Amino acid sequence: MAQVSLRKVVKEYEGGVQAVKGIDLEIADQEFVVLVGPSGCGKSTTLRMIAGLEDITAGEIAIGGTVVNDIPPRDRDIAMVFQNYALYPHMTVYENMAFGLTLRRFPKDEIRRRVESAARILDIGELLDRKPKALSGGQRQRVAMGRAIVRNPKVFLFDEPLSNLDAKLRVQMRVEIKKVHQTVRTTTVYVTHDQVEAMTLADRVVVMNQGHIEQVGSPQELYHRPATRFVAGFIGSPAMNMIPARLENGAGALRLHLPGDIVLPVPAERTQRYAPLAGKEVLFGIRPEHLTEPKNLDRPNIALIEAAPEVIEPMGMETMVIFSLQGTEITARLDPAVPAELGRRMPLAADLNQMHLIEPRTGRVL
Amino acid sequence: MSGASLTAAGASAPAYQKVGSIRRERRWALIGAYVALAVFVVFFLTPPFHMLVTSLKSSSEIADLAGNPWIVQSPTLENYRDLLHEGNYLLHFRNSVIVTLVVVAITMVISIFAAFALARMRFWGSAVLATGVFLTYLVPETLLFIPLFQIIGGMGLYNNLLAMILIYPTLTVPFCTWIMIGYFSSIPKELDEAALIDGANHFQMLWKIFIPVALPGILAATIFAFTVSWAQFLYPMAFLVSSENMVLTVGIASDLIRGDTFQWGKIMAGALMAAAPPLLVYAFLMDYYIAGLTAGATKG
Repeated sequence: MAQVSLRKVVKEYEGGVQAVKGIDLEIADQEFVVLVGPSGCGKSTTLRMIAGLEDITAGEIAIGGTVVNDIPPRDRDIAMVFQNYALYPHMTVYENMAFGLTLRRFPKDEIRRRVESAARILDIGELLDRKPKALSGGQRQRVAMGRAIVRNPKVFLFDEPLSNLDAKLRVQMRVEIKKVHQTVRTTTVYVTHDQVEAMTLADRVVVMNQGHIEQVGSPQELYHRPATRFVAGFIGSPAMNMIPARLENGAGALRLHLPGDIVLPVPAERTQRYAPLAGKEVLFGIRPEHLTEPKNLDRPNIALIEAAPEVIEPMGMETMVIFSLQGTEITARLDPAVPAELGRRMPLAADLNQMHLIEPRTGRVL
Repeated sequence: MSGASLTAAGASAPAYQKVGSIRRERRWALIGAYVALAVFVVFFLTPPFHMLVTSLKSSSEIADLAGNPWIVQSPTLENYRDLLHEGNYLLHFRNSVIVTLVVVAITMVISIFAAFALARMRFWGSAVLATGVFLTYLVPETLLFIPLFQIIGGMGLYNNLLAMILIYPTLTVPFCTWIMIGYFSSIPKELDEAALIDGANHFQMLWKIFIPVALPGILAATIFAFTVSWAQFLYPMAFLVSSENMVLTVGIASDLIRGDTFQWGKIMAGALMAAAPPLLVYAFLMDYYIAGLTAGATKG
């Protein structure tokens, strides 16, 4: 059990390419933190620096209060689960899980006890005598997790552990990982490019982009109060609609002028917050789930707009309708019972209580 | 309405035309393969067969030009008996075994360590070194034996088996290292990383992960080193002079050919028996020489 601290951590590769550009992050004891971002954002590199598989160019990483910059991986007391499992192919499941303990000269009966206990947690007791090649992808991933659990390390590191599994198994293993964490409560750092995985697993999500941390926060916080345009677009599926707009001040109230002569009133309680932007170009952000068939019209700050669907995607529990507003593609999320027809204009309700305004130049959400 | 038009479309569509047969193509491919293999087998087994036939003939029968060279009239094992009871054949055999075993051991130790370092421990110049190792393999031994003669002479190892043990690895190590670099490089990087995190040092990683996983490659390299050492002719020819120090290859050639007298029966018997150990090694190792040992390590 330990906290992990990253202070001004930089990773620069030969040739001057900076993969990680000075990040600060405090991970609390027993916390489950997910690093998420597009490929090449530096999340895996960050994890590998915590593991000791990559040198740290500058800055400091501490595990449990000890700076580990110059400590080799084996002495950091961490365990890692890899995307491709990295099981030792010539060893049985038991030997795979026992390997780390054998190298550390644990007594035989202690090894057996730990392996069996981990196998029970992961429900792989039947597989202990098999070789990895006789296992399915999901079973291999369990063994890889078992290998981490038996070590009882200070920190678990997961590097995209579910990316090689099919969609159904991925959801199942996600639950499994969450359960394991709730059982063993080991500090966990988890890397993924899948924002759903990040949201569902994490106590806190760290959104990374181009070597920087864009925002750190709970899943709810990231969803409802994204700090930057990147986070607003990355978290949530389908992605948040971002429509170029102009904020005008008229008669003490702010209005948003959208393409196609659509004018939306800004909620009164946000007037003060947005006032400095009056007269400027902004990005109007609204999630598809806040752009729906007309409903709750009696509530304040619901505005109606009209649009003709260009693509209709029925998903069963909801229907996505895509239309364009003078070149900007916009997605709305409708009740499947609502009739929507290609090309026929229909009213949509925008819940402006949930709107975001983004400054296009800095990408900051206001 | 739509149903009617569908039927009409179905009727007017051109009938399905058979343009080929996968089954027939496969049969022809199979026949071709068998014919090619049969030619191959006949071509390569004819010399050993001729050796066997000749080794079972007496000298007089071999010298008799009237008989059919492919048929033995009165088979005899006298050539084999003579080889095993007279002369230095068994001594040559022993020398070959000693030299080969020691050379294979030296080769495998050096090339496994070298390949591990070159494949995995990225250090300054490792890529150049890896290429360099292979380039040394390309230098023909016929160019080397003259300077080597001076070196061996200077070391006082002329006409000494130890010279073979020192020289053969110059032939085997580069190629085996090169093979092993390939095998080690194909082991997923995550496997070493997992081992590092599990607490292995580099030696444990090599011993407990790399060697078992790359076993097919190690066996391939072993077979190669064995064959090269066993069949080496030029260096023992140049550096060994007295019969009791010779290995099989030169021993047979020098002891069984006196001037222009070729003892064909014994030469063939000796060569056949000399060919047995590599065959046994192949047969024994082939069972283990199965690729796909890495299956299951990763997603694959």
